[in-house]
Parts: sequence; C-alpha cells; structure tokens
Amino acid sequence: MSGRSILACLALFAVISIVSMPFIGMEAVPLDAVLHPDAGTESTIFWHIRVPRVLTAFAAGTALGVCGMAFQAIFRNPLATPFTLGVSSGASLGAAIALQLGLTGSFLGIPGTSAFAFLGALLCIGVIYGLTRLKEGFSTATMLLAGVAMSFFISSVIMFMQYTADYYDSFRLLRWLMGGLGEVGFSEFLNVLPFAVLGALSMIYFSNELNLLTTGDDLAMSRGVDVLRTKKLLFLSTSITVGGVVAECGPIGFVGMMAPHICRLLIGPDHRLLGPATCLFGGAFLAVCDTFARTVMAPAQLPVGVVTAFLGGPFFLWLLLSGSAERHFP
Amino acid sequence: MSAAALEAREVSVSLGGCRVLKGVSLSIEKGAFVSIIGPNGAGKTTLIRALNGIVDLNGGSVQVMGQALSTYRRRDLAKIMSYVPQADGRHFPFTVFEFVLLGRYPYMSPFSPATKEDRAVAHAALERTGTDHLGERSIGTLSGGERRQVFIAAALAQGASILLLDEPTAFLDYRHRVEVAALLERLNRDEGATIVSVTHDIDEQVLTCNRVVAIKDGIVVFNNEPTGLLEPGVLEGIYDTPFRHVHDPGSRVPVVLPSSARL
Repeated sequence: MSGRSILACLALFAVISIVSMPFIGMEAVPLDAVLHPDAGTESTIFWHIRVPRVLTAFAAGTALGVCGMAFQAIFRNPLATPFTLGVSSGASLGAAIALQLGLTGSFLGIPGTSAFAFLGALLCIGVIYGLTRLKEGFSTATMLLAGVAMSFFISSVIMFMQYTADYYDSFRLLRWLMGGLGEVGFSEFLNVLPFAVLGALSMIYFSNELNLLTTGDDLAMSRGVDVLRTKKLLFLSTSITVGGVVAECGPIGFVGMMAPHICRLLIGPDHRLLGPATCLFGGAFLAVCDTFARTVMAPAQLPVGVVTAFLGGPFFLWLLLSGSAERHFP
Repeated sequence: MSAAALEAREVSVSLGGCRVLKGVSLSIEKGAFVSIIGPNGAGKTTLIRALNGIVDLNGGSVQVMGQALSTYRRRDLAKIMSYVPQADGRHFPFTVFEFVLLGRYPYMSPFSPATKEDRAVAHAALERTGTDHLGERSIGTLSGGERRQVFIAAALAQGASILLLDEPTAFLDYRHRVEVAALLERLNRDEGATIVSVTHDIDEQVLTCNRVVAIKDGIVVFNNEPTGLLEPGVLEGIYDTPFRHVHDPGSRVPVVLPSSARL
C-alpha cells in the first residue's frame, strides 16, 4: 500500500473513532437524541459530555503523539518522549504548585493551572538545555540523561509536596497526576485545541528538518539545516504544546511513545507522511483509550493515564525485545 | 584555476577544552583535488568540519567562494558545498532513494512534496555513483562500500560544486576502493568539482592529486604538490615512522610503504 492510501485509512479510522466513540457508554443514546441536540438527558449526555470528551481526547492524543515523534527524531532515540526528558514532569510540577496554592482561577482567560504547567514545562526544558550548553560539545545523549535526572528530581519534589499536603489536596494532586479527562466540557476542549493545532502544524512544518535530524546533526547541518535554531524552535513548540495539554488533562503517558512507533511501522520513517499519520493515529488512539477508561468499570471511571500505561507498558517491553526499536529507528 | 573555492586563515578550534586546530591556513582553488593527510588525531576531520561550518571556530576565519563562511545562510552554503562524513555505524530506516532525496533539502520548502526535478536529480545522483539498483533498499541493509557510495550520491544530489569527504575509501574492499576513487576523479575532471578528501592512506590518489595538505598536531606541516611527499624525510616527519618507496612499472607513481612492511 502506498503512503497516501495508508494515510487515507488512518484518516478514516480517526473519523470513525470520533463519530462512534460518543455512542459508547452506560447510557444508550438513540439516534433521535443526537439529531435533536436539545431533546432531553440523552442528547445532553451525547452533546455536552461525550462529544467534548472524545474531541478533547483526540486533540490531546494528537498533540502528545507528534511531540513524541519530534523528540524521537531530535534525539535519534526510540525511547525519547516529552516524558523521558522531564518536560511533562516540569508541567506536572507547575500544575501541582498551582493546585497547592489554590491558583486555579484564570487570568486573561488562561486557566492558572495551564499557565503554571506551561511555565513548568518551559522552565524544565530551559534548565536542561542550559545545563547541556554549559558544557562544550554536549551530545544529545547527555541531554537525554540530564532530562531523566531532572525528571526524577521533579518527581521527588512532587512527592514531597504531596506528602506535606493535607488529605484533600493530596488526593486531588494524585488524581490529577494519573491523567484523565473526567470533567471535560467544550471549554476544556477549546483550551486543548490551540495547543494541539500548534503541535501538529509545527511538526508538519518541520518535517523535512526532522527527517534530516534523524541522520545526525553533522549531516543535517551540511545539508543546510540550521540545526541549533531548528532544535530551539522544536523544543519551544513541544514545551508549549505539552504544557498546554498536561495542564488540562494531566500527564497522560505512553501516547507520545507508542503512536509514532506504530505509525513508523505502518507508513515508514519519512516525517512528511509520519507527521500527519501520528496526528491521526495518536488522536484516535487516545479517544479509544478514554472511551475504554470510562466504560470498562462503569459507572466508575478509570483515569485514561491508567489505560494508556496499561497498554503501553507491555508494548514498550515488546518493542525492546522484538528488536524493532533498532530496525525502525536510528 | 582562478579564485579560491575555500580559504582558511589562522583557523583554531577547541573541542572539549583541547586545542585541536592551532592556526591552520590554507587555500583551495576552484576545481582542485586536494588530499588532506596526517596521523590519527591530527585534526583532519575537525579541519573539514570547520571548513563546512559544522564546528565553531575559536579563532581565524573561513572564506567560501570569496565570502565569509559566517555570513552564509546554512541553506545557501549547502548549495555550494556538501559533506560526506565518516559513516557512523548508526542506521536510519530510510530507503536509499529517500535518503538521497534528503540531499535536496536546500531546494525544498515546508508543506510541499519533493518536485519532479528533485526526484530526477536524486535519480541522476544514484546513476552517477552506480547505485541506482539499490534505490529501494533500506540504508541499514547496505554493505560498507555500498553505503559510502550512497552517501556520496546524497551529497551529489545537493548540487554543490565543492565536495568535502572524510575518509571516503577507508574500510572498503579493493573493488569499492577503486570505484570510489574513480568516481571522485571523474567528478573532479569531467564535472569540475572541487574535491577535498581526508585520508591517512598515501595511495595513488593522494600521489596524483593537485595538492596535498598534511596536518600534524593541529598545524599544517606540508602544503605542496604530492611529489614533494616523496622527498627524503618528508613522510617520516609527518608520521614519525620510516617509509620506503617501491617502484611499480604498472603505476604512474611509486608505492609508499612503511619500512617494516614486507613485500
């Protein structure tokens, strides 16, 4: 199958998931209720609860997927994601501080948690970038290690905050850290959407550069890529994107690692196809996972982070053992 | 040969606190074939990375086609000069054709696919290097020799007139060595490409090229026509080991061997 037809299949999968997922749930929704948006409880459930939730999941999955794809290319490493580099721990810390200080109101239309999560992500990537620039001739491996160290450090700060917090705050924080789309409406979707659009557009814009970055910095530079500038812009846009998504949905793991890998297996390594494919697949995957999360133990709702990590963990191991990490990645 | 294609003035480079190049000056004319030789760790690779602006200079300057390297946009530089690095062992999952097409980057714009012209140039580059039969293979499955040829093809697809190569024939078997050497000679002679090739093997190509630059401990210790290398004591001074010359009736130049080697 050619790249374009695979992309068309993924687009179809994405559309089907967006259209069909809102129908799945405890309450059966008749078609009649869907066609008349203001006709009672069922149509409220459909249009005001499930649809925004599926759309938010789709947007978040798209954003996290393309950011993971970008990190894997920049670091030439199949295990690099915004999570391994500490970007999302930075965002989590920011959000945790906002929750702890009760700064959850919004300033200038931006929710406090989002603003703090975004600042946390940016600060974290800034610190790692700064650290590695201090030392001459830093390698991306150094940066990855710095990110892992940073991630552990921040996790311990978050744990400390949790330990010292009162019972209620501590529970809220824990619940937030699990990642979830529990209380999502259209306004939450609109909060996530710009970040997803930014992430998707910037990765598709940089697809030629991402292709060359996977061949190594020297070769990319000699082919005409301004490597330093490109990496800075990519770090900036992934930090903004991940910060925005994590602030709204909590740190949802494994989408960023899995979606690009699966798409690479399906469509190959060319980012001009891989980018759009990851957007479509990442979004659809998270929409399906979230539907699973809210129905499998209904009426209780699992945090979606539990489902993605539950599926992602074994996939991760399979990836390591099957050797496809080496075959499909530098 | 008219103006200089490349000119280095007092170029110094430090890597990880170690001074690798200590004031290297040299000038490479358009259309020349220059070999850069020297012992391991002398700074040969660093020199061609400096000429291509991949490493930052700590001192001195580089001129490309009469214009300061630092004033070029990377994209424009790539249209003038291409680089074939030492193959690092890491594979990337592109097919040969996809990889060669990446050489067209300086001519591509975001959101638009490769044009017909880009694809035609990439195909032509594969043909010129005799690798057109490998187009659909994955880079990771190639042999060392094939990969070297494909890397050269990708550099050619860039459409640059200056070609920098780092050890283009190292670790190749005899046939591939001959093929790569012949390819470089053809590019230089027939297409007027300026070729700067790093090597530590004093082979026939080194002894028949336009000029040899020897680097030792980060400075230029020899910069002359290759026949100068055959003067007594010159190679010994560069490599700190005795050499002897063996005259081979089938070759234009003598064979240079370290003295301990037996025929």
